[in-house]
Amino acid sequence: MSESVAAEHDYIGLSEFPTMEEATTMSDKTKTRDNNNGLNFKATELRLGLPGSESPERVDSRFLALNKSSCPVSGAKRVFSDAINESNKWIFSTGSTTATGDVGSGSGPGSSVVKDGKSTTFPKPAVPVKEKKSSATAPASKAQVVGWPPIRSFRKNSMASSQSQKPGNNSETEEAEAKSGPEQPCLYVKVSMEGAPYLRKIDLKTYKSYLELSSALEKMFSCFTIGQFGSHGGCGRDGLNESRLTDLLRGSEYVVTYEDKDSDWMLVGDVPWEMFICSCKKLRIMKSSEAIGLAPRVMEKCRSRN
Amino acid sequence: MGLRLPSKVLEHILSFIDSNEDRNSVSLVCKSWFETERKTRKRVFVGNCYAVSPAAVAKRFPEMRSLTLKGKPHFADYNLVPDGWGGYAWPWIEAMAAKCPSLEEIRLKRMVVTDECLEKIAASFKDFEVLVLTSCEGFSTDGIAAIAATCRNLRVLELRECIVEDLGGDWLSYFPETSTSLVSLDFSCLDSEVKISDLERLVSRSPNLKSLKLNPAVTLDGLVSLLRRAPQLTELGTGSFAFQLKPEAFSKLSEAFSNCKQLQSLSGLWDVLPEYLPALYSVCPGLTSLNLSYATVRMPDLVELLRRCSKLQKLWVMDLIEDKGLEAVASYCKELRELRVFPSAPDLDEANIPLTEQGLVVVSKGCRKLESVLYFCVQFTNAALLTIARKRPNLKCFRLCVIEPFAPDYKTNEPLDKGFKAIAEGCKDLRRLSVSGLLSDKAFKYIGKHAKKVRMLSIAFAGDSDLMLHHLLSGCESLKKLEIRDCPFGDTALLEHAAKLETMRSLWMSSCFVSFGACKILSKKMPRLNVEVIDEHPPETRPESSPVERIYIYRTVAGPRMDTPEFVWTIHKNPEIGVSHLAIK
Repeated sequence: MSESVAAEHDYIGLSEFPTMEEATTMSDKTKTRDNNNGLNFKATELRLGLPGSESPERVDSRFLALNKSSCPVSGAKRVFSDAINESNKWIFSTGSTTATGDVGSGSGPGSSVVKDGKSTTFPKPAVPVKEKKSSATAPASKAQVVGWPPIRSFRKNSMASSQSQKPGNNSETEEAEAKSGPEQPCLYVKVSMEGAPYLRKIDLKTYKSYLELSSALEKMFSCFTIGQFGSHGGCGRDGLNESRLTDLLRGSEYVVTYEDKDSDWMLVGDVPWEMFICSCKKLRIMKSSEAIGLAPRVMEKCRSRN
Repeated sequence: MGLRLPSKVLEHILSFIDSNEDRNSVSLVCKSWFETERKTRKRVFVGNCYAVSPAAVAKRFPEMRSLTLKGKPHFADYNLVPDGWGGYAWPWIEAMAAKCPSLEEIRLKRMVVTDECLEKIAASFKDFEVLVLTSCEGFSTDGIAAIAATCRNLRVLELRECIVEDLGGDWLSYFPETSTSLVSLDFSCLDSEVKISDLERLVSRSPNLKSLKLNPAVTLDGLVSLLRRAPQLTELGTGSFAFQLKPEAFSKLSEAFSNCKQLQSLSGLWDVLPEYLPALYSVCPGLTSLNLSYATVRMPDLVELLRRCSKLQKLWVMDLIEDKGLEAVASYCKELRELRVFPSAPDLDEANIPLTEQGLVVVSKGCRKLESVLYFCVQFTNAALLTIARKRPNLKCFRLCVIEPFAPDYKTNEPLDKGFKAIAEGCKDLRRLSVSGLLSDKAFKYIGKHAKKVRMLSIAFAGDSDLMLHHLLSGCESLKKLEIRDCPFGDTALLEHAAKLETMRSLWMSSCFVSFGACKILSKKMPRLNVEVIDEHPPETRPESSPVERIYIYRTVAGPRMDTPEFVWTIHKNPEIGVSHLAIK
């Protein structure tokens, strides 16, 4: 009996074969909240068969139970959410961008925005799940909730850096010693954008190329630029990425710059990726007009390096 | 009319009263008592830096010697408060520098401290002795260097879990050769390596040094050499243990520890290899505090260590201790007062540690003095909570974090209402409570009714409706700080109990259903509350009924603050003005 209970509450969503029984014997709580039991669970049932798409919906049903409760808020429809681009995910962020950020990081707002939902239909998931972080283990990775579980960023960072070491392995001494020095396994840099109220912090080591970095930045900051100048948000410059984004951004007002170890501001994209992540201290998305002055310095630096 | 106590006599009496709560009561008796009290108060505590202006505090307490300030809301620890929200130390430092030059001690928590602040402290307070920064940010090691270099009488310099811009380890060399007053040094949160020879010399010339907390960059060799120079230490935070185990290294370490006969508190222990644990055995019998929460040591190695710690009062550990290890704690650590168990893998994907609710149950049964608990666990049961409440009615702080949001009692499938009811009812001295797991409004009815002494309450992913908030705000007589995230209550309860909010220090709500309209009404109704809306989008651009992302409400006599960033709106008292930033750039 306890086993079936455990399976019902498999929040991690690892069970591969959800049954109707399982779905309908979920806690009474959710049942009474959901106006549309059969339909909802049927809906999730269909999706549960696909690996990787399981848990988001299942997490959703929990969070949505929250939203569907009979709270006497006078017709509080989240109208404003309609104005926000569906692809904006300042709701829950993946671990790679915020969960391990420090206290100083500008984490996206962690509210569970609910789309306008009629009482009879299952509200759309308020958790558009971002891509899994590159280090995701289980295929059914949960949506990462900002600030949950409530562990201080300092502790999270310390654990992150120690887990990547190999304790007790004597042959890896040098590596371990090297890691205990200034070089950290995680490479957090602050990302600021002109006009954006929040700073973000990202771990450069989770990206493998400028392409990945730029698409992540675009997703992170696009919500700020929508409505501003009516321009397309994000960052990038010619040659930096190949997605449809480039089309939008050609002639974009924004470029990505970074502060390097010598405290100079450079344009992102000039140096090989490996070199970039070693020398990048901070990122800033600024207006192209302001970045003009950077080009000559880049040239000088290249010259002095050669 | 009546007797009037001469102020000299009153002063003398007051010199015996340290507690600020008592002093606050004293100051309310009459004007002359107020005057005498304020002129004699040496230690000032301000729980919310925006509740009162620095100038007012400086003026009221001219003889201030110690100032403690707290800035950001507690949930800032979990990234729920965006960067730039506020909590700046500068205005306070500036005001104190002008009015209270005899200030000797500054303790700041969750505040933004810049290098300018630190330089100002160094320059302004001639007798400065104590600087403790907890969870602060905004400064670099240059600022620390300024303190080290200039404060001749520095006794205490502690950086606890701060975010510091680390420009290198040079700051340590700024302690002048003449400085011998150091009693406590904590630089565990810094990354860069300091020159070990500088540290050795500093330690050697500080005979009063009692507490030393190193950063992970200090090697084992360094640790040994320092311990040899400071065998009188009572508190030690080691560096990292992630180095190759050489046989000589082990015996040197063991010897160094065995010479520290007064060691009571041990922390750090980053990446400690199990092979090194025996080096610590000699100090275990004397330890009252052990922080293993960064030590990736597993069972059964932990048991050997813990069973020797018969005097242990405070234990911080990771869930690697498992239920089995907690059984050992329950058997051997009979003096235990505080237990904190942190998750080793915060991402549930990897959670398969055999730590369950039984671990906490067994400690509750075996450790009679247990009064403070912080426990992270994947799931829990009502039965366990009932047992804990029954066995440990003396609990003062109970923070349970069931990592899975909305997780019910996994054996009965019910909400954890009954369990938390037992805790609230049974633990009559409970001061701090954090709840989690599946909870209905009922749970909060019990908490509101029974948790009479709870001052701080933290809630996440719980409740069904406005009733939840209604229960809490109409009950919980001693409530001072309430923080709530992701709960489905709305405006009604908040507005109904507006008056209660003025009896509290602060209320934080994020991802709930409180509307902008309600915030406006609340602000207008309650003149001495600052109602701050933290939202990426200006509230006016949305209908009044739409929920706001985060709200921070706190009582204040200082009015709306002047340093709000773009994403924080203080609802102005004057409805014509509406919402403003009142930011002065």
